Amino acid sequence: MLGWVFFLLCLPPVLAVQLCESDAPGAYKVRLSIRTALGDKAYDWNEHEKFLFRATMAYAMRLHKQQEFGVSNIIVCRESPRVSFWFVVTSPLNSSALVDKGDVERAVSKSRHRINSAFLLSDSSLEFVGIYPTLVAPVAPDTPPWLIVFGVVIGLVGAGIVFLLVSTMMEKRRKKKEKAGEHEEERVKTVENGSMTDGVYNTTFSDDERFTEM
Amino acid sequence: MGQTKDSGVEERPKWDNKVQYLLTCIGFAVGLGNVWRFPFLCQIYGGGAFLIPYLIALVFEGLPLLYLELAIGQRLRMGSIGVWNSISPLLGGVGIASMLVSFLVGMFYNTILAWVLWYFFHSFQNPLPWRDCPLNENQTGYKTECEKSTPVNYFWYRDTLNITPDIETSGSLQWWMVTCLATAWCVVYICFIKGIESMGKAVYVTATFPYLVLTIFLVRALTLPGATDGLVYLFTPDWEILKNPQVWLDAATQIFFSLSVAAGGLMAVSSYNDEKNDCERDAVLVGVINSATSLYASIPIFSILGFKATNGFNACRKENILTLTNQFEFSDQNITLENYNYWFNYLNQSHPDVVSNLSLRECDLQTFLDQSASGTGLAFIVFTEAVLEMPGSQVWAVLFFVMLFSLGLSSMFGNIEGILTPIHDLKLVPKWIPNELVTGIICLISFLVALIFTQGSGNYWVEVFNSYVGSVPLLIIAFFEIIGVIYIHGMKTFSEDIYFMTGRRPNIYWKACWMVISPVMLLVVLIAYVVMQAQIYPTYPAWNPDYELFPQTETKSYPGWVFAIIVLLCVVPVISIPLVALYRLIRPTIRKPTTRAEPNPYSNDGFEIETHEQKSQSA
Repeated sequence: MLGWVFFLLCLPPVLAVQLCESDAPGAYKVRLSIRTALGDKAYDWNEHEKFLFRATMAYAMRLHKQQEFGVSNIIVCRESPRVSFWFVVTSPLNSSALVDKGDVERAVSKSRHRINSAFLLSDSSLEFVGIYPTLVAPVAPDTPPWLIVFGVVIGLVGAGIVFLLVSTMMEKRRKKKEKAGEHEEERVKTVENGSMTDGVYNTTFSDDERFTEM
Repeated sequence: MGQTKDSGVEERPKWDNKVQYLLTCIGFAVGLGNVWRFPFLCQIYGGGAFLIPYLIALVFEGLPLLYLELAIGQRLRMGSIGVWNSISPLLGGVGIASMLVSFLVGMFYNTILAWVLWYFFHSFQNPLPWRDCPLNENQTGYKTECEKSTPVNYFWYRDTLNITPDIETSGSLQWWMVTCLATAWCVVYICFIKGIESMGKAVYVTATFPYLVLTIFLVRALTLPGATDGLVYLFTPDWEILKNPQVWLDAATQIFFSLSVAAGGLMAVSSYNDEKNDCERDAVLVGVINSATSLYASIPIFSILGFKATNGFNACRKENILTLTNQFEFSDQNITLENYNYWFNYLNQSHPDVVSNLSLRECDLQTFLDQSASGTGLAFIVFTEAVLEMPGSQVWAVLFFVMLFSLGLSSMFGNIEGILTPIHDLKLVPKWIPNELVTGIICLISFLVALIFTQGSGNYWVEVFNSYVGSVPLLIIAFFEIIGVIYIHGMKTFSEDIYFMTGRRPNIYWKACWMVISPVMLLVVLIAYVVMQAQIYPTYPAWNPDYELFPQTETKSYPGWVFAIIVLLCVVPVISIPLVALYRLIRPTIRKPTTRAEPNPYSNDGFEIETHEQKSQSA
């Protein structure tokens, strides 16, 4: 009797190990590079971390297939010190049937970010061999930033050009007015004093003035 | 006093002070070539050993030419065309050639500044746009062109230039390049609006800012890991290289083009000086500062290139480490960069077949250091990639591109001055057109013609202009310059001019250089250069995504019509020299009657004599 109980107790893990082979139809290899990603803050890989992985994977499967997956449905085997291992997912309805590759892949892709966050890792340090991370589309703002900088620069330059041109024109106008004013004064002066600035000073007139001052 | 001057000739504008003049000369001489051509030449020609031909060329070719041009411009107080008309009417063509070369060089040089502006505008983003590849249409992967090459290459060749596979395919005008080019020309215009008044103030910034940025980069670059590798690589002398004549040729041409002589700009700039300015000291100062700047700039550039090479080397080894770790299932970080060699040897001995199947990359630091680049490749590909790996990338990118823009802008000032001053001196435009309008028209014409460089094939055309306009014509003009001043104007007259300006006659070193050494060197360089160019049919590197060895550039030959344009570009600027000489020889007799003085309405000689007699009578 005890023997039978023992046998029945040992059967699921044995069966589980038999299900989890690298050439099983729904098996995936996982590689973690904890020390590369976290450096000093790296945690050790132990049974608890393995449990967390199985729980996270069960969560991912639940989300995708809307079925009640449990931790026991995720079977992990062939661990290595790398840290790498293989896992398979069994269906909650039939514990000896494996969920096929496509479903597992889609489940992982959907919840990739949550799985990564659970381990404080990223797409490159938590690697599912065969499942490629979806590419993040770059953020495209409505106005490209370069147009904003360009607008600022061209605005400053344009304002500067207009300001300099206008100030030069106003200076020229002021100079013209001054010149016109001086020319008028000159002409008046010529009429009044008889002295000419362009030309040669004729001294006979000045001599006459001395005589006529009486 | 003011009124009598108005009726006569307008006074020539002057520099506010000596510093403006010196900064303009230094800014003109120190340009983009000091930053991206000299370090490259130093690297490929045996590091420290290259300094020997470089300094010899500076002493025997660069300084004499520089002094000659500054002195003759200052003495005759006119731009290039006026100076050559004064020296000899037969040599008037040299001035026209200088002006044409300045115009052509200005056009493609400002296009490079437009590219710098484009990168500057894009440096205000996080992350920098040349860091990541863009996704393809169905978002399943990156664009193939970017994946095969690098994101930096993709950003330069596709996003910036949108380059066509060869020079024959013109593509359309790229609107973003047209806007950048318009901005560049507007900046040039605003600095030139009031002639040398506004330019003289602008050079305070444009000529000094690059030194500030170079110093900041120097401090930052020397603290980067791998900087010493780069510097050692740059300066380790390889004395064997001095036996190669190509080195001497490149040193002579580098000094010549670096000092920007023969373009007419230096003559124009020194014509606004006082007559009694010590131009000998100025010439030596400008020449020495130019070479010192080249050396100073190569230190941060090569520190950063060493940093980049070290990063590439480490990335290569890390890739190998990952492959080995994954294959042999070792614990993560068991194999590190430090013990990689030990582990690799051990694994190679114990499992040679497994290791050879892994196809590990060959990682050699020398290979990464050998990836040299010059010109636009250095600035827009190599340096932008290095900036990505420095913390605070945006700051460094902005600083770098503003520095490049200032360097190029101060050189543009010299070019534009070489065009505007002859136009003013020849009084080609009627007086009622203000100077601002003339400057604006010149900028507008240059912008419109430079639109060819904004097409898809624009980069190929810039290379054509850079290689052929800015080389052989300048050498020919310089040769005629030195012969014209020393042998036609006369060494004696020129010595008297210098005595008048500086108070001492030129010593034996200057005389020996001007009369014998520099003309001979120029002639040898010119002939060697032409011979080297003529030996092989010119080719160009084309960026062709369909090329089987992509991302390597495809070497294509220029088609026949482009070759004809190249020949035209070399010949047209200098054709004016013989043409004008012939013209002046054929029509000397017809000129004489027109040189009769026009009657002056303000003084008729008759009145002067009368009033003098009256004065003597009344006295």
